[in-house]
Amino acid sequence: MKEFRYERSPDPAAAVALLAREPGGAFLGGGTNLVDLMKLGVATPDVLVDVRELTSAEVSDLPDGGLRIGAGVPNADLAADRRVRERYPVLAQALLAGASGQLRNRATTGGNLLQRTRCGYFTDVTRPCNKRSPGSGCGALHGVHRNHAILGQTFEGPGACVATHPSDMAVALVALDAVVRVLGPDGERSLPIGELHRLPGNDPSRDTTLRHGELITAVDLPPLDLPSRYRKVRERASYAFALVSVAAALRVEDGVVADVRLALGGVAHTPWRARAAEETLLGRPATEEAFAAAAGAELAAATPLRDNGFKVPLARNVVVRTLLDLSGGTR
Amino acid sequence: MTTIDRVLGAGIERIDGPAKVRGSAPYAFEQDPGEPITHLALVQSTINRGRITRLDPSAAEATPGVLAVLTPANAPRLSGELTADLPVLQSLDVHYQGQVVAAVVAETSEIARAAVGGVRVEYAAEEPDVTLRADRPDLYAPAQVMAGFATDSVIGDVDGALSTAAVTVDATYETPAQHNNPIEMHTSMARWDGDSLTLWDANQGPHTIQRDLMTAFGLTAGQVRVISPYVGGGFGSKAFAHPHQILAAMAARVVGRTVVLELTRQQMFSLVGHRTPTIQRVRLGADSEGRLTAISHEVVEHTARIAEFAEQTATATRVMYAAPHRRTTHRLARLDVPPPTIMRAPGETPGMFALESAMDELAHTLGIDPVELRIRNEPPRDPERDVPWSSRSLVECLRTGAERFGWAGRDLRPGVRTDGRWLVGTGVAAATYPSRRRKADCRISVDGRGRYLVEIDGSDIGTGTWTALTQIAADALHVGLGEVELRIGDSRLPFAGGAGGSTGLASWGSAVVLTARQLRARLESLGGQPPPDGLTVDGGVPGPSPHAEQYSMHSFGAHFVEVRVDADTGEVRVPRATSVYAAGTIANATTARSQFLGGFCMGLSMALHEESLQDEHFGHFVNHDLAGYHIATNADVGEIDISWLDEEDPWVNELGLKGIGEIGIVGAAAAVANGYWHATGRRIRDLPLTPDKFFR
Ligand SMILES: Cc1cc2nc3c(=O)[nH]c(=O)nc-3n(C[C@H](O)[C@H](O)[C@H](O)COP(=O)(O)OP(=O)(O)OC[C@H]3O[C@@H](n4cnc5c(N)ncnc54)[C@H](O)[C@@H]3O)c2cc1C
Ligand code: SF4
Repeated sequence: MKEFRYERSPDPAAAVALLAREPGGAFLGGGTNLVDLMKLGVATPDVLVDVRELTSAEVSDLPDGGLRIGAGVPNADLAADRRVRERYPVLAQALLAGASGQLRNRATTGGNLLQRTRCGYFTDVTRPCNKRSPGSGCGALHGVHRNHAILGQTFEGPGACVATHPSDMAVALVALDAVVRVLGPDGERSLPIGELHRLPGNDPSRDTTLRHGELITAVDLPPLDLPSRYRKVRERASYAFALVSVAAALRVEDGVVADVRLALGGVAHTPWRARAAEETLLGRPATEEAFAAAAGAELAAATPLRDNGFKVPLARNVVVRTLLDLSGGTR
Repeated sequence: MTTIDRVLGAGIERIDGPAKVRGSAPYAFEQDPGEPITHLALVQSTINRGRITRLDPSAAEATPGVLAVLTPANAPRLSGELTADLPVLQSLDVHYQGQVVAAVVAETSEIARAAVGGVRVEYAAEEPDVTLRADRPDLYAPAQVMAGFATDSVIGDVDGALSTAAVTVDATYETPAQHNNPIEMHTSMARWDGDSLTLWDANQGPHTIQRDLMTAFGLTAGQVRVISPYVGGGFGSKAFAHPHQILAAMAARVVGRTVVLELTRQQMFSLVGHRTPTIQRVRLGADSEGRLTAISHEVVEHTARIAEFAEQTATATRVMYAAPHRRTTHRLARLDVPPPTIMRAPGETPGMFALESAMDELAHTLGIDPVELRIRNEPPRDPERDVPWSSRSLVECLRTGAERFGWAGRDLRPGVRTDGRWLVGTGVAAATYPSRRRKADCRISVDGRGRYLVEIDGSDIGTGTWTALTQIAADALHVGLGEVELRIGDSRLPFAGGAGGSTGLASWGSAVVLTARQLRARLESLGGQPPPDGLTVDGGVPGPSPHAEQYSMHSFGAHFVEVRVDADTGEVRVPRATSVYAAGTIANATTARSQFLGGFCMGLSMALHEESLQDEHFGHFVNHDLAGYHIATNADVGEIDISWLDEEDPWVNELGLKGIGEIGIVGAAAAVANGYWHATGRRIRDLPLTPDKFFR
């Protein structure tokens, strides 16, 4: 591990100002991802600015009936929050499907959103990886990629990257239309979570649209008045990243889809909001056939790799099953 | 005369348990060498094959706190007798990815690891050849396979019998490369005093490591001491010396200080061996009643270019079932991979996946219950050696297991049972493992007050040796447990083979029993009382059981599992399992249960998860950590019912004890794959049963 300085600041603004002066610095949340990457030599910050106790660890009610989640709220606390469990079960379930009890105690909301891909070429500094080392190539493209992306990848050139975003929580937040509150050197701004993560495009080294020194201070959840749930498929019963996951919310009125939110995990460089599927469904009868057609509409764009074609039928099945469950079908 | 109840067989709790729980049982890294410790970090090759063209350690050497950088240019010369991956830093040639090409010694592990980046290495690399295929033109037959078995066995006319059989099965099964992942990383701490070396080390047999260190450095047995009282698992990866032991000793010699090397989890994927992948074609021929007429089991597997490790994959097929015409073969490809090694029940584990899957396929073809099919093919004598069994209770294991599991009335049809979205099935497979005894010496002393000291270089790698061997000694000496002090895990103690091949307790226990008998005879001749200044007796066993030629000696078992597969996702769960074993005497009911249970869980893990994914272009194992290399978690392990039969075997050894460290894993993966087929109607012939395969 490269030597680094460890800094604490009196308040968020000071932390932002400090990091703005340190082009090679990074914020430190729970450290469960960043410190691992430092040990592997993948992340080499020369200064860490600890923000875990600086950002709020509170979940508070918003006037519109939504919730504000401080960036410092541990994943475990967020999953256990009564309001979250009652009003946003999809979020509580997504959190509990991730990592382990110990990690969730330590991991923060801000850090979870910004955790980096688990691609085995990204985490091994002896391999080519455009994300870690721009221009070196994409090791996974023709390598071991069973758990890589099927949507939105870049196949050619220095932008080639077929990695997925690993977070479960973020998939739920995308389905919930959460808003990310950010404090930067130029002040505060808010952005819809759908604009936080980005596809690799021609620069996979950037996972998000945040600029250096921008601090996530909170995540706002708008009110949700429809039933929701999260389903994660993984290679073992616990403690594994998603092959495919689905965050869904659905309201059926008179047998017709009145409202629907759908997001997929494990399929792309971002948590994937399934807009095409949602549009196909709205106003249609809530039947298995309609759910399958919606999943098909979303996955028509899929461009699977040599070894991950199974994710297409898998994602379709999980979408259909989750929507059936929400519409009152049984498991 | 006092009478003492036998403590053998009792479920006595581990006598080393409290010390381990308190953290006061020192593992290799925690030993106190008596002086400040320096740390070693490794520079590893990033190519599989080629030559180092430039190696510049100057930036690392200039790092404050760095004591030395060892390279092929300056490392001490080792004996030319070392083979495989042991001649570390002796040449510029690279034979496998992860080979150590330089090593940094520093005051702290942080400095050492950071300085690794300061060693610049350039290579002339050749294209790696790492892919095993059954149609490779360069497959060859090794002179023999592991544990001294013949490479091939041929009896009768297999092809003729297959061509005339009423029913046949012809299927190819594959198992992937797998890696041992004991909790304790491989660790060696070396200290030299003049020309004498002490190594505190995590291994499965101090004498085995001592031998290679003597060879490497040209030392006598008296000059090398290997100390290993507590070891955090091994499964075979700690059975033999690997580069790290040599490196620690070499570095300590160069810097004149104690050096410790603890491998990282990632390094364990290249430096301590792996289980070879296998491609196995099994052909079975049977009459319409299900009696086998022909068995053919042809194995293709890999070894390293610099070392031959020929896994004995088809040897279980030589003993399992009766059939007049039979053939087993092993062919190897030499690839640019690190040397493979032992992984729990090498041979039987991949081999029985294939054979026991094929038996299930045959049962289906015939429409016969798979338990019944096995019973119909029970061989009265060893079918290849043509000698009687010392004892064989497979049929009883199958019947008892079927009873405990509730197998009766099972619907033979696959893919017809559901519970909500779960497809539900059940599977069965048999298990077997050879029973062997190895040479072991032993010394027992009694002091004037009647306290006994038992010394033998046995190993406890978490298996329970500390406890079980003490029980054996107490019984043999006719005293209580509290009167016996045991010493194991030190090459200064009388010679014994390591913990491997399920031979440990069979060999060490026999040595203890025979030595105790000698001591008691001496005591009796002295009137039953120890002389005031005590008495010491040396004894042991010379090697295999004297009856090993006349009898075929094996333990057997049977696994029954319930398997559930999600119809939407292909996720697999095994909510319950029953395993019944017949392995002769069981020395300690508690630790034995743990061995059976752990073996089964490892087989379950093999069935569902374990797979080392190799990049064909770059040649490395990509998922080289515990986040990427999936091992069953608690949530994957359901209710497991373990039991064993009372089985007496007068021929295997003094205790009638067949060894239990490995049989639990054997056949477990086949039972799960058979249950998967019964649940889904899909036969997955290549492990593991990951969800992607459901969508083929
Ligand atoms: C073994 C293992 C298994 C796991 N399994 C799962 C799983 O199944 N599902 C899943 O979703 N996750 C899983 N995780 C990942 C885990 O959820 C993340 O590591 C965790 O959420 C990261 O949070 P943190 O606070 O520790 O982030 P850190 O490691 O501290 O930081 C992560 C990144 O966020 C940045 N950062 C932190 N806080 C802020 C802030 N407030 N503003 C701006 N930038 C910030 C850091 O600079 C860094 O780049 C697993 C992790 C491990 C180690
Ligand atoms: S998929 Fe992306 S992260 Fe993985 S190797 Fe390619 S560029 Fe790197």
